[in-house]
Amino acid sequence: MANLSKEKNEMPVQDPASRAKNFDEVALGYTEALARDEAERCLNCKNKPCQSGCPVGIDIPAFIEKINSGDYEEAYRVISKSSSLAAICGRVCPQETQCESKCVRGRNGEPVAIGRLERFVADYHSAHKPNDEHTHKSNGHKIAVVGSGPAGLSCAGELNARGYDVTVFEALHTAGGVLVYGIPEFRLPKKIVAKEIEDLQSRGVKFELNTVIGKTLLVDELFADGYEAVFIGSGAGLPNFMKIKGEDLNGVYSANEYLTRINLMQAYRNDVDTPIRCGKAVAVVGGGNVAMDASRCALRLGAERVVLVYRRSEDELPARKEEVEHAKEEGVEFMMLTAPVEVLGDERKSVRALKCQKMELGAPDASGRRRPVPIPNSEFILDVDTVIVAIGTIPNPLIKDTTDGIAITKWGGIVADRNCKTTRDNVYAGGDAVTGAATVILAMGAGKRAAENIDRELKVKN
Amino acid sequence: MYKILDKQSLNPTVTRMVIDAPRVAKKAQAGMFVILRVDDGGERIPLTIADYDGDRGTVTIIFQIVGATTHKLNLLNVGDCVRDFVGPLGRPSELDGLKKVAVVGGGVGCAIAYPIAKKLHSLGATVHSVIGFRNKDLVILQDEFKAVSDHIVLMSDDGSAGDKGLVTDALKTLIDEGNTYDEVIAIGPLVMMKFVCKLTEKYGIKTVVSMNPIMIDGTGMCGGCRLAVGGKMKFACVDGPDFDGHLVDFDEAIGRSRMYADFEKHAYDKHCNLLKAGN
Repeated sequence: MANLSKEKNEMPVQDPASRAKNFDEVALGYTEALARDEAERCLNCKNKPCQSGCPVGIDIPAFIEKINSGDYEEAYRVISKSSSLAAICGRVCPQETQCESKCVRGRNGEPVAIGRLERFVADYHSAHKPNDEHTHKSNGHKIAVVGSGPAGLSCAGELNARGYDVTVFEALHTAGGVLVYGIPEFRLPKKIVAKEIEDLQSRGVKFELNTVIGKTLLVDELFADGYEAVFIGSGAGLPNFMKIKGEDLNGVYSANEYLTRINLMQAYRNDVDTPIRCGKAVAVVGGGNVAMDASRCALRLGAERVVLVYRRSEDELPARKEEVEHAKEEGVEFMMLTAPVEVLGDERKSVRALKCQKMELGAPDASGRRRPVPIPNSEFILDVDTVIVAIGTIPNPLIKDTTDGIAITKWGGIVADRNCKTTRDNVYAGGDAVTGAATVILAMGAGKRAAENIDRELKVKN
Repeated sequence: MYKILDKQSLNPTVTRMVIDAPRVAKKAQAGMFVILRVDDGGERIPLTIADYDGDRGTVTIIFQIVGATTHKLNLLNVGDCVRDFVGPLGRPSELDGLKKVAVVGGGVGCAIAYPIAKKLHSLGATVHSVIGFRNKDLVILQDEFKAVSDHIVLMSDDGSAGDKGLVTDALKTLIDEGNTYDEVIAIGPLVMMKFVCKLTEKYGIKTVVSMNPIMIDGTGMCGGCRLAVGGKMKFACVDGPDFDGHLVDFDEAIGRSRMYADFEKHAYDKHCNLLKAGN
């Protein structure tokens, strides 16, 4: 061990002033020298606490050791044994609450920057071995995967590696799910997602776009068509609204719509037809990563003022710390302990302001966080022309409405056990469709687990 | 890619296309819609299904050339393809059990009203159709409506085709003449549907309207198509597109339909200027 620094190597980033005006990736990635230096901070613990913090169980010390010895391709192979989406996870995983939270170096200083190293390895591989050759040895069994987000992609990848003929059905015109419609380009370049999907295709995974399961095809028809198991990874795509007056005004967006217009439909480009209201003054309601993404997109579309309105205090913000910091650096104003009460409109039914009230924190609620309580007579007017509602999403009902035998929780999630089995034989589910809106890596972990169980159960049956 | 098998101009601003889309055709029912994208970089636009043939695997769309996307779509010809075509989306119209129905269509809305009239006719219901247009040059589907209607009234704003007046005038006359309808189904511009509903509310006749708001995905994801029905927020894509017209807040819907009015004009001008430059 050579590097005793208590701090991890900083991630090189685009300057905040210039990046707030472009959609290029904010974090630039470690150079080889930074990666080697950071890798030397790893103690290579024998009991590997970090690995236990990874939802897909990557052998983290092993891949970091390969970086140490300069064998980056081998490091990539170590990651690939457990994760099929390293370039994506290295960018969007909340490592600070997962692998890095278990790192021994974190007890006295900062943990090893595992996520940044993962990204370095994935990007190195992509730059040096862009076109892997693959041959798919089919075992003759067909599996259907519904949804091409992180859960579906990881399930498809894992089943394909085990010899299954996998077809992924996607409702939208581009594969990737939330990775393409939700997470902005500056956090996760779309070419990285496209490359992971091309890689799966080259391995023999088929993608059927523009196909809504529950509408175009039903789960029962998939079985009739010879699929032996169905994995549902349809995500949590239905936006919640605040249910306050004026939410129907023009200029009020769900974060889903706003981000979809920008990310999937690329409204920020001049050569596409997608319309979007750019907004001069924008209020974003919510405090999660989606709220940060929407705020930062609004700045990039040219808003002069972007205010993040959140009803609790900054300590309770559910967003990743890194995203909060990036948003602040770029100029997003944080208006904490504030709740919207009404959207005010003009004679053209467009937003002219957001009426808010101040909150204070009371006793803890069911979630364990202190409940925000309105302060009487604290109402005030925030002058904005656009309001983006980023207060969460729930699973889409299209599949459960058209499929018998699948139990649903009271909030609309599909009931699935630890092995991702639903209440119907041969139907598995995982990711946000089961958990409600969560993280990319948890969805990936579920997809992988489902694949392992599908494989095990089909082997028993056949 | 989805191939255009047939194309026909119904009037100078309305075109009918038959699209090869077997999976959509197999599931299509009257009242449902598709979302299409003409090309990469194009918008996703919802269009209600005008006809379908599950055996041939075709879906018919009828669209009015109103903006950049429909203009681009209209430039395609038989043998060309649209990039994306997804559906059928939404809930089918609920027509079972209806004995006597007035189907009211306005302008290009007649394209959506027609499959409903046809379906009702095939179910054995008595169908009275009232179809209205601004003038004679814009009349579409008159013969098709005739073939599936027990009685048909053609109206035009200027009297150049059929009777002069609005569809509400004709509907009022039919009701006052003693016709009792189980239901009125009104499909057309928001303002027309609003006034049909105002009329039928007075007579206490159940009225169903088909809403076609701005949307992206058509599966409940964007929430852009939200509207107030009976004071509750509904998504036209998954809860509709058919709704009880007496519960729909039309003024709100009219406001929301203007969300991108300025942008559309701009995109259309830009597109047309591009075309001019190319000529």
